[in-house]
Amino acid sequence: MSAAFALLKRDLRLAFRQAGGTGTALGFFLTFVVLLPLGLGPDQALLQRIAPGALWIALLLSVLLSADRIFQSDYDDGSLEIMAMGPQDLGLMALTKAFSHWLTAGLPLAIAAPILGLLINLEPERMLPQAIAMLIGSMALSLLASLGAAVTLGIRRGGPLVSLLILPLYVPVLIFGVAASGGMTQKPALLILAAISLASLVLCPWGAAAAIRAHLR
Amino acid sequence: MGGGCGNQGAFALTRSWSKMSIMQAYANPTRFLNLTQPLVPWLWAVTIGLFATGLIMGWNAPPDYQQGETVRIMYVHVPAAWSAMMVYTIMAIASATGFIFRHPLADAAAKTAAPFGAVFTFLALVTGSIWGEPMWGTWWVWDARLTSMFVLFLLYLGYMAIWQAIEEPQRAARIAGIIAIAGFINIPIIKFSVDWWNSLHQPASVFRMDRPTIAPELLWPLLIMGLGYTFLFLVLHLTAIKTEITSRRIRQMRIANIREL
Repeated sequence: MSAAFALLKRDLRLAFRQAGGTGTALGFFLTFVVLLPLGLGPDQALLQRIAPGALWIALLLSVLLSADRIFQSDYDDGSLEIMAMGPQDLGLMALTKAFSHWLTAGLPLAIAAPILGLLINLEPERMLPQAIAMLIGSMALSLLASLGAAVTLGIRRGGPLVSLLILPLYVPVLIFGVAASGGMTQKPALLILAAISLASLVLCPWGAAAAIRAHLR
Repeated sequence: MGGGCGNQGAFALTRSWSKMSIMQAYANPTRFLNLTQPLVPWLWAVTIGLFATGLIMGWNAPPDYQQGETVRIMYVHVPAAWSAMMVYTIMAIASATGFIFRHPLADAAAKTAAPFGAVFTFLALVTGSIWGEPMWGTWWVWDARLTSMFVLFLLYLGYMAIWQAIEEPQRAARIAGIIAIAGFINIPIIKFSVDWWNSLHQPASVFRMDRPTIAPELLWPLLIMGLGYTFLFLVLHLTAIKTEITSRRIRQMRIANIREL
């Protein structure tokens, strides 16, 4: 457990000090939100209708954009190999890395999204449900991203491949996330979203660990 | 090291279970080929017979009272969708077997199943679109059944892309196996999508707990076509596995030649 905490501390420190961490994800998110009205026209009613879905798609893409930093740098400098050889469970390590990714990408974006939603005329009473749904859903996004990052370790030009592999698995999160952000089916959708997050909490670290072992073999 | 399909010795070292001996016997590619290859011409005969019967029966079946003649698209569309899901299930089972028991033949089976599954999925999507235009008035809607089927198509593409991206076959097999198993979650979603969500697509009418809601004179040609698709996949899959085994042997011979130089 203490090893997991040490790893978490190290990853968070790296994310804050390195370029390409939280700031980039937030910047991408902001750019997406600003570009949207430019592409669709400044129709307030239209923007209000599509705002929850647009914010979710922005969240999906920004999480995906930062997915490769979950394992790639550790793979490149060999520390992932040390972790795999060490006495700690590799699954716990993968979970810790997914958690630190969520803390530095999913969490800030989920907090910032409703505020940035003001730019695309998100209804004020939808802000809280949007933030809660994104908070819960982004855990599943980070965990699935860690699986995708582990699978494409060491593959040249793995970026587009991660998108092809992981975006299909993001579809349920997107559907239930948008449903949980407002509308009639809010509560059941939120519960299903939580179920998806819990299921990926159990399965994704295991799969990521298996993929890392296969790559390091 | 030996590795690959041509030589199972490298894998046998890691296993000492006596239970494994039956599995190992069939993991031998030569024995597998000797067992299955004589069946291939017979399987072709059965496939052609089933397709001929199914198509003629489908042609002579009475038109639907609502849908008219367009209901005949069903005989191509529905078996394609069944096969697409069946092939993914086979691929996931083969991947799990290959992953757990390090069974090279299972990896070859999973790898070679994917392109057929992708084609079946594509066929189901295209024929569904052609059927949807006169019946629903639109080529495509983003509802649960259609979307989850499209996701299945993407999963097949991603699975094949992994095999392309990783050069070393044993590593590719393990990584692709993880992807196939993770994507299997989509299969029950497709099956139950018409029950869980309000969909434009009709609910299950053949495989139901009580009895099929489809008229028997329309159902029989459909079941025969379904069987025909299954046999077509089986015979093509066996041929593809043979091709895969042969190409791995060629690869190993080449590597051995390079080492000798």
